[in-house]
Amino acid sequence: MFYDAGKIFTGLAIFLVGATFPFWYAMAAGKTAYKPEPVFPTSTSQCVESTEQMIAGHMEILDDWRNEVVRRSDREPIEINGTAYPKSLSRGCGNCHADQTQFCDRCHEYAGVSPYCWECHVEGD
Amino acid sequence: MNALYSLIAVLVLVAVAILGVQALGLQLFFGGILPYFAFAVFLAGVVFRIQRWARAPVPFRIPTTCGQQYSLPWIKSSYLDNPHTTTGVIGRMLLEILFFRSLFRNTRAGVEPGLKRVVYSPSLWMWIAALAFHWGMAILLFRHLRFFLEPVPQVVSAVIWADGFFQVGVPVFYITTFAFLLGLFYLLLRRLFIPQIRYISLPNDFFPLFLLLGIGTTGFLMRHVVKTDVVGIKEMMQGLVGFHPLVSEGVHYLFYTHIFLVCVLLVYIPFSKIMHMGGVFLSPTRNLANNNRMKRHVNPWNYPVKVHTYPEYEDHFRNKMKEAGIPVEKD
Ligand code: HEC
Ligand code: HEC
Ligand code: HEC
Repeated sequence: MFYDAGKIFTGLAIFLVGATFPFWYAMAAGKTAYKPEPVFPTSTSQCVESTEQMIAGHMEILDDWRNEVVRRSDREPIEINGTAYPKSLSRGCGNCHADQTQFCDRCHEYAGVSPYCWECHVEGD
Repeated sequence: MNALYSLIAVLVLVAVAILGVQALGLQLFFGGILPYFAFAVFLAGVVFRIQRWARAPVPFRIPTTCGQQYSLPWIKSSYLDNPHTTTGVIGRMLLEILFFRSLFRNTRAGVEPGLKRVVYSPSLWMWIAALAFHWGMAILLFRHLRFFLEPVPQVVSAVIWADGFFQVGVPVFYITTFAFLLGLFYLLLRRLFIPQIRYISLPNDFFPLFLLLGIGTTGFLMRHVVKTDVVGIKEMMQGLVGFHPLVSEGVHYLFYTHIFLVCVLLVYIPFSKIMHMGGVFLSPTRNLANNNRMKRHVNPWNYPVKVHTYPEYEDHFRNKMKEAGIPVEKD
């Protein structure tokens, strides 16, 4: 025997639908197997750091570079495989990862982040 | 002691996750199997608790009356604090659920030094911390949808953008991260340092606090300190919602700790005080209109009593009544 069954079970149904929403969304969108595929540079095979470190911590490198350049005026270029690259978003990263939409954005859209850097910085080389 | 036991319990859980992943390689178990189990227990447990509450009859109107009752139209009544209409009740419930109005009433008794008498003053820290913590958690949970929904809907992106509005740090610090952690931390300190409150605090008051702090801390560390493969994590979460669980290599053990603590929380919720998230809707002291004198409320569990009406009584005893000279209505 339930009291106020109409109200209580309507509320419960709303809760259940809300809590399981990601499953319904996944069924409707059908993209659970999707993986972002950033396009890698072909000219070189080496990034600033190891691949694992880049995947997880590339934003920290950018932050460090920014602090060094903007705060401490340290523009000493970094060296990768004997080539010097400026510590710069567009001229450093952008030198190898020229097409932002094919590289950075692919991951960022997937992970739901939208770095605001390109509000000022120009993309690419 | 109560606090210590709870802290140890949470630390043991953390150790279990780290050992399970690092020493035993149980990534798939922690990241792909346990979450289903925990989520199922959570849903079933919540349904069970709510349906049991739905069986409880509420024979009387027992709203707490926090203001003047409605009586005569020209006497000003308190529509929200002592509602007598459904609209008033809805208003009251909204204020309670969204803004914790009853915590806002919290007062503290103290002796004012100069006056030498007891004065009651508002005590709002607990309300502020509770608001910060609950709202922080609500928004923070909503933000987490970016891992569960692909493509990420615009609303989620918009909330993420607004939450990172101050653009401090890379990756940006979210406002709700701090609201959540600081609010929670205050709620913990309050139980630890206010003697009266420490006295009434049980392990099951401390445990959820430490558990949530553990979840928040591992999340914070992952985003801002340790760093891990977020794309890999999203792939795992997509595996979960698409029913093809998988493990991404190179995801930090902190992630498994994070998700294990969340699983423990999910299992814990239906059996604990955290069920107040459903219970607040069903509190008879809040969700009933104070219309005792305006409407007749029949007790739903009233037993069908056999009554012996006066006409029946008279039929039964008419002769005896007449003999004794007692007046009767019918001859
Ligand atoms: C010298 C050229 C070069 C520069 C400069 C460079 N990268 Fe790379 N980057 C690469 C290459 C090549 C790879 C692929 C490496 C691999 O697969 O091991 C890569 C990989 C990455 C990855 C990992 C992607 C994945 O899914 O594996 C990220 C993230 C990244 N780079 C970001 C950056 C950022 C941010 C900068 C600037 C701070 C930068 N890169 C500067 C060449 C470069
Ligand atoms: C408000 C505009 C603005 C925004 C937004 C912005 N920057 Fe910059 N950034 C600058 C300016 C101006 C400089 C100085 C350029 C110079 O002196 O060469 C700079 C310099 C840098 C540098 C070093 C020099 C160079 O050419 O890149 C890095 C690295 C950098 N920013 C990274 C970032 C990152 C990462 C973000 C996003 C999280 C970001 N910036 C967002 C304006 C901005
Ligand atoms: C392997 C996929 C991947 C690639 C490629 C990648 N990123 Fe990221 N990036 C991420 C993820 C995931 C995050 C979010 C981390 C988080 O949520 O904690 C992120 C975050 C950032 C942030 C901080 C965002 C914030 O919220 O403040 C910046 C800045 C950034 N990336 C810059 C770049 C640039 C520049 C490139 C291209 C040169 C790039 N990333 C390429 C995955 C990637």
